[in-house]
Amino acid sequence: MRVNFTVNGRPQEADDVWEGESLLYVLRERLGLPGSKNACEQGECGSCTVRLDGVPVCSCLVAAGQVEGRDVVTVEGLADHARQRSCGGSSGNSLDEAKAWQAKGTDSQTGEGTELAPIQQAFIDAGAVQCGFCTPGLLVAADEMLERNPNPTDADIREALSGNLCRCTGYEKIMDAVRLAAARQGEAV
Amino acid sequence: MASPSGTPTKITQGAQTKGGIGESTLRPDGTLKVTGEFAYSSDMWHEDMLWGQILRSTVAHAEIVSIDTAEALATPGVYAVLTYDDLPTEVRNYGLEIQDTPVLAHGKVRHHGEPVALVAADHPETARRAAAKIKVEYRDLPVITDEASATAPDAILVHENRDDHHAGHVPHPNIVHRQPIVRGDAARAAGRADVIVTGEYTFGMQDQAFLGPESGLAVPEEDGGVHLYIATQWLHSDLRQIAPVLGLPESKVRMTLSGVGGAFGGREDLSMQIHACLLALRTGKPVKIVYNRFESFFGHVHRHPAKLYYEHGATRDGRLTHVKCRIVLDGGAYASASPAVVGNASSLSIGPYVVDDVDIEAIALYTNNPPCGAMRGFGAVQACFAYEAQMDKLAKELGLDPVEFRQRNAMEQGTIMPTGQPVDSPAPVAELLRRVKAMPLPPERQWESSEGADVRQLPGGLSNTTHGEGVVRGIGYAVGIKNVGFSEGFDDYSTAKVRMEVVGGEPVATVHTAMAEVGQGGVTVHAQIARSELGVAQVTIHPADTQVGSAGSTSASRQTYVTGGAVKNSCELVREKVLEIGRRKFGSYHPAWATAELLLEGGKVVTDGGEVLADLVDVLEDESVEVEAEWRHRPTEPFDLRTGQGNGHVQYSFAAHRAVVEVDTELGLVKVIELACAQDVGKALNPLSVIGQIQGGTTQGLGVAVMEEIIVDPKTAKVRNPSFTDYLIPTILDTPTIPVDVLELADDHAPYGLRGVGEAPTLSSTPAVLAAIRDATGLELDRTPVRPEHLTGT
Repeated sequence: MRVNFTVNGRPQEADDVWEGESLLYVLRERLGLPGSKNACEQGECGSCTVRLDGVPVCSCLVAAGQVEGRDVVTVEGLADHARQRSCGGSSGNSLDEAKAWQAKGTDSQTGEGTELAPIQQAFIDAGAVQCGFCTPGLLVAADEMLERNPNPTDADIREALSGNLCRCTGYEKIMDAVRLAAARQGEAV
Repeated sequence: MASPSGTPTKITQGAQTKGGIGESTLRPDGTLKVTGEFAYSSDMWHEDMLWGQILRSTVAHAEIVSIDTAEALATPGVYAVLTYDDLPTEVRNYGLEIQDTPVLAHGKVRHHGEPVALVAADHPETARRAAAKIKVEYRDLPVITDEASATAPDAILVHENRDDHHAGHVPHPNIVHRQPIVRGDAARAAGRADVIVTGEYTFGMQDQAFLGPESGLAVPEEDGGVHLYIATQWLHSDLRQIAPVLGLPESKVRMTLSGVGGAFGGREDLSMQIHACLLALRTGKPVKIVYNRFESFFGHVHRHPAKLYYEHGATRDGRLTHVKCRIVLDGGAYASASPAVVGNASSLSIGPYVVDDVDIEAIALYTNNPPCGAMRGFGAVQACFAYEAQMDKLAKELGLDPVEFRQRNAMEQGTIMPTGQPVDSPAPVAELLRRVKAMPLPPERQWESSEGADVRQLPGGLSNTTHGEGVVRGIGYAVGIKNVGFSEGFDDYSTAKVRMEVVGGEPVATVHTAMAEVGQGGVTVHAQIARSELGVAQVTIHPADTQVGSAGSTSASRQTYVTGGAVKNSCELVREKVLEIGRRKFGSYHPAWATAELLLEGGKVVTDGGEVLADLVDVLEDESVEVEAEWRHRPTEPFDLRTGQGNGHVQYSFAAHRAVVEVDTELGLVKVIELACAQDVGKALNPLSVIGQIQGGTTQGLGVAVMEEIIVDPKTAKVRNPSFTDYLIPTILDTPTIPVDVLELADDHAPYGLRGVGEAPTLSSTPAVLAAIRDATGLELDRTPVRPEHLTGT
């Protein structure tokens, strides 16, 4: 089957999709967006978290056919999403914005100089990244929480991120990163 | 063939990053990892690639009567189906130390989930469905599942006709390795004891549960060789095992480290490496294999479950008299790292204490349970759980404070280990306990708020099972000792290639090693070392591959010590060459070139007095200086097979924990409120990463204290919970705050005085949590993990 949907503001068309394929598979293997990770394929680990019409979901549990006509944000689109939010735009993308989308090359192989969402920068600064496999899903989930709840308590953060497993960090630096992003967000307002 | 997408590239850090050793420099791969651009092995992609799938045994121990692959082969989209009969050479086994593991099962299977056949197809689902069409007929054999069944007089041998180097000294062929350690006279010393306590402890089977499943891409090359992009802990160890099975010289098997999604010991053994290469060479196409989580539970070894039998004695004034112990590790069907785990378990079995009279024995069994091998802490974890339980028992019998009792018996620099080896660097065991005890305690009843109980902070959490009723608090302490580096005479070297040149008017250092970056931050530290030693701002980290000499394993808390040491050493050699060039060019202009101690700092050659002699740009001009050199730490010795004596270890690492828990005694639910740690790291090369390692290790220890266990059916030896639904690892809600106190007492034998960090916190975390639960409940609790039924008696 053919699936049409919007990914990070850009209209996408996936062809020859087998009915059993997940949104995660289509993103990773058909659309060249491997940022969302496959760590359990049963909705337990959160590594594949993306936003579907704004709502965080495990993309491994969403059948590709279910996203027909809908709007998906992945870790690859997080910086753009955050920029539009800070410009006062809605969390969706207008047609003009979608048309204006273009791939941005990074200026060096480290990605130094890449425009990052505040939550992405905070994860780097706080030391919340070790192996990094859980990071994309955590970033999408944490960014969504901060959009809803700009001043979360520690208990709020833990509740919002309880569906995202991390095996390296013991979560302390992830807590630090989310607190840091919230604080910076507060200063910026 | 063209390079696949996801091929790692050099990472240059400079413009926005500064910082030598001792600074919390940020990861060079951090931006790539937060944008989703960092390519893990499962992200590798090649035009025209196929997907590989492994068919695994559905039973634990059986003869293979027949394998019928016809229907699988006839499936549209399938390119190859391989079994044992298709293996290209006579080398059909592999293994880290003992080559006892079949690439594909031959004649029989020895554990549930053993690889039997391979499929390559053009879609992963096609490959899975084709694999399911392979018909394997098994004839069941009795299963060996524990010490009694393994060593019974009529026991079936898991491996017949053993000829490995341990076969001659083990008391039974179903024992992989046995290491006794005898020092002093434990029986006589027991006569001096006023109090003797004994215990039998059980340690459950823990899984590494790294988040990035086993995966890789094998690309056939024009010269008949293969290029494997792989997530592993040790490229050269893989290479040595892969090449002979493929019938290729090592030069025709190129290995490049792909992004590694965690490891924790679970990637020391091969998983899909040989399988992907076999399918690629057979089909002439690139083949990618990615395990799903279910398969991952079968695709790597686990932490050895153990039975531990201990006797401790002490005098009334709280001095240990003797320790007798027997540690039985279940190695499962194949040897993996079992012999080395036995060496660790035995030599570290009494913990960081002074005991002159010991009688120790550790063995690893061959059974039909899942194979067990390396996991963070490596034999020392199981022992620590038991000896710390014993220390608490003794303290209670003696009426002493558990911390005070430990401090009275704590080892220090100069203490002699049970192996006869003196501890010749700082061993601040008493001080770590003091520090962890001195940290402020978390407030009582912190769930209470003006709006009532916040159930998220109570046992049971959002299940809303209590608002504080039946909840009691407990506090527990533990301390542990872990060896750093490969022990027992292993030639534990690493190699670093360092180049210095001028690029774009700036001096740049390039560091190339085969070190597996698995998340620990080795690449960050290498750049810091190069900056400190070579005085440059810009450092390029070359992707890890087999085009440079071995770095040894990312295991045993050893990489910062050993590959860090190799990078430091190669930088020093580069510096000497650069200074030679400088002397040649500028020596006649200033006498300090000949007389002073010269350093490279801020892109310049300076004297130790701070005088600038030349710019590196002027010294080097268009020359580049490159050195590739091996570096070794002090040699070690094997343990005597009868007495266990020998200078077997390189260095020790110490951590102490204090756990605060709250237990809902009615439902048996545990909430760990805080898990404080104090650790000596010698020198924190990157303090932020050091704390990250300590917190991560602590959390894995917490996991095996209260939730993590692979359940193996004792009747069938089949794994019952191979998923994240049924095998639980700590979530952010299960994990408490982890305050860390880092002590830096230099080990003069080590580069920069550093001490390996990664494993020690995994040791003491578990027994500290157990001690706290015992404190809260008054129960004995002689097994880990603790499950609700152990607390409620139901």
